[in-house]
Amino acid sequence: MGAPFSWIKPEPHGIYIEPADCWVDPSRAVDHALVTHGHADHARGGHGRTVATPETLAIMELRYRTGAEDDAGQIPHRAVPVEYGETIRLKGGVDATYVPAGHVLGSAQILLEHAGERVVITGDYKRRADPTCPPFEVVPCDIFITEATFGLPVFCHPPIEEEMAKLLDRLKAHPDRCVLVGAYALGKAQRVIAELRAAGHKDPIYLHGAMEKMCRLYEEHGVDLGELRLVADYSKDDMRGAIVVCPPSALNDRWSRRLPDPITAMASGWMRVRQRARQRNVELPLVISDHADWGELTRTILEVDAHENWITHGREDALLRWCQLHQRRARALALVGYDDEDD
Amino acid sequence: MEEFAALIDALVYTRSRNEKLRLIAEYLRATPDPDRGWALAALSDGLDFPAVKSSTIRNLLKDRVDPVLWTLSRDFVGDTAETASLLWPAPDEPPSPPSVSETVELLSAMNRKSVTTELPKLLDRLDSSGRYALLKLATGGMRIGVSSRLAKTAFAQGFDVDVDEVEEYWHGLTPPYAELFAWAADGADPPDIENLPTFRPFMLAHPLEETVVDLEDYAAEWKWDGIRVQLVRAGGETRLYSRSGDDISPTFPELLDVLPMNAVLDGELLVRGSTQGGEAGGAASFNALQQRLGRKTVSKKMLAEYPAFVRLYDVLLLDGEDLRPLPWEKRRGQLEALASRLPKSHFDISSIVEATDFEHLSQIREGSREDAIEGLMLKRKDSPYIAGRRVGYWYKWKRDPLLVDCVLMYAQRGSGKRSSFFSDYTFGCWDGDPDKGADLLPVGKAYSGFTDEELKKIDRHVRQNTINRFGPVRETEKKLVFEVAFDSVHESKRHKSGLAMRFPRIHRIRWDKPPHEADRIEALRALIAD
Repeated sequence: MGAPFSWIKPEPHGIYIEPADCWVDPSRAVDHALVTHGHADHARGGHGRTVATPETLAIMELRYRTGAEDDAGQIPHRAVPVEYGETIRLKGGVDATYVPAGHVLGSAQILLEHAGERVVITGDYKRRADPTCPPFEVVPCDIFITEATFGLPVFCHPPIEEEMAKLLDRLKAHPDRCVLVGAYALGKAQRVIAELRAAGHKDPIYLHGAMEKMCRLYEEHGVDLGELRLVADYSKDDMRGAIVVCPPSALNDRWSRRLPDPITAMASGWMRVRQRARQRNVELPLVISDHADWGELTRTILEVDAHENWITHGREDALLRWCQLHQRRARALALVGYDDEDD
Repeated sequence: MEEFAALIDALVYTRSRNEKLRLIAEYLRATPDPDRGWALAALSDGLDFPAVKSSTIRNLLKDRVDPVLWTLSRDFVGDTAETASLLWPAPDEPPSPPSVSETVELLSAMNRKSVTTELPKLLDRLDSSGRYALLKLATGGMRIGVSSRLAKTAFAQGFDVDVDEVEEYWHGLTPPYAELFAWAADGADPPDIENLPTFRPFMLAHPLEETVVDLEDYAAEWKWDGIRVQLVRAGGETRLYSRSGDDISPTFPELLDVLPMNAVLDGELLVRGSTQGGEAGGAASFNALQQRLGRKTVSKKMLAEYPAFVRLYDVLLLDGEDLRPLPWEKRRGQLEALASRLPKSHFDISSIVEATDFEHLSQIREGSREDAIEGLMLKRKDSPYIAGRRVGYWYKWKRDPLLVDCVLMYAQRGSGKRSSFFSDYTFGCWDGDPDKGADLLPVGKAYSGFTDEELKKIDRHVRQNTINRFGPVRETEKKLVFEVAFDSVHESKRHKSGLAMRFPRIHRIRWDKPPHEADRIEALRALIAD
């Protein structure tokens, strides 16, 4: 046993747990990975063995066909499911417990315990209610490794009800057009649809083809999304006055020409900054994020009250500064490969 | 203020020009005087409140937010007004927004001292969108994708009047443009500007590019390397305007009492020297002219060392007569006749470049570099003088740019549409042999010439190759080569390299080229024109 916490090593390509010889959210293929959630920048394909929640494993199976057989008829990938609240014993006397992170379906924080020391890795998280996944839980620990995607005080996500009202108002004002909402295909899209349902919008919602499978997967996991239709199966006139959901990349794509004079919307925390919305040619910015905003990040650091905070992927500088101003020990990790553009 | 803030937000998010016109026109029709006049001023030329500067806002915020967090936020958002509107602590009281006129009144009444207590009171009366609109209005320059021309066009559409007529009156009036609204909205007589020395919008040229013109129909003139100006005399007063319509009379007092008749003249402002030809003696390079630009007061020494004169291109109005509808050829005749009535010390006339055919003209243009002129102008002989840029009448045919390979050294985040992207680049050339340990010396800065796709790629390169941070500036690993295009290069004491480029822009990004193969300072120095 070396110095305190020497068993956990932040490396450029992920966090390495030495005694267990495994990685958390590695950005390249490894033999043994613990994965917090299904977004591509955290869950890469090609690992030998993946420990994650059953929902996250289902998402990875859908995206990477991790359950596929190789030429020899073997399934080379081993999926190890862990339920929320469940603890799994890894090699070298390391215990891993998966705790809800409130980010997307299946998303988890991972609590690692070794030699009496406790480390929490949040992956991505938020503190707001989300009908598609259980809420974030505060887990006391010695080292808190937090994301910082929206780690600047300008980021303050408004209540989602306000954003839904904006969307529905615009829809009502233009009965001959449609509102095309760009939303990340995993998580954001399903949350927006579920929130629209909660706001009383019962009309069919139209989907870009790339959204279909993930929405079905959410439905299989008990998330009710109401009537969904594929854009490809309907005519321009059918979609007048309707909401259409597509991945952000399709917003300004030729694909959208088949839609009735779409009003371009995007659901993203970045929409808080006007120029960001302009850069993406967005007419109706919807400030909706599955990440913690500045207030949530700082509140969480206070509530977790760890001995030390490690800050990663995002705007580390500002959160580091905040920790300094509030006499909290903190350091920034330089992990590469995290992509925050569409969140 | 709520309606104005809503308009600003809608304009920010609207792509379509027609939709922007509709939004502005609708606002102008629905809003009472003088609110709409102030709004129109804010959208077109911008309002100026000397007490409210970007630095004022910065200081107010730094008293309320940790300065480091402010700087990081400002750096990311790329716009001081927007960052401040987002970070301003929410007041306890519900908003009680003032009208646009009240806002303008309050802002005008502020001085450098009172602004620190009065501006916060105003900010506390508004929500986040309102604060954004207020700060944009207060600091001038909205930068929301609405040009002055677009705002005037919207005004014209909103009240069904001719935009050229609006332009004609515009510069004789001041915000909140009561007479303009009385005329357009209420059918009053048009504003009387005949006896005012007001600016008339310039006629502009398109780049020639691949077009070939017949010299039967077009006349060629040199494009001089000074600044385009308009000299106006009316009502006993002479004024000098820059291309954008700014009154620069105080900077060039020697030109204010030399025009003997009422006239509006279009020409190039130059200072005396020997590098640019002309009938009445030569003109100095642009570098010499630069010594005179932007000064509010001019010393006798300056006047003696760099005497200014106007090389005339065109005549718009003469002795009360509007010559603009006449064909260029007729106006040219009038201009030549008029030139004889003007003092040679302060005027000459831009001569016509004679060429047998287009090919011949092309050769003349190639040889124009030594003369330190920008290139050629081609003017259709029957073209009237029309405000703005009309296809087919006037062309500018700049000489080909000079090129040099430089290495990216520093990058800074852009603003506006490019906020949060590293889009402003400082690049350098080798001060000796790079293989023998020579250093790079910065030679210029550019922020244009690349596509949005390329911008994303360079931005990624900067973020992944940062070796040092100086506030908003990143120093990068010296490994990316830019082929930089520029019009000319001059000696300059301002830069460590002793050189300054004119109009540098990124011509190509040489991802393939190793940095030690970039050019040396000597190569650039050899291109000095003066």
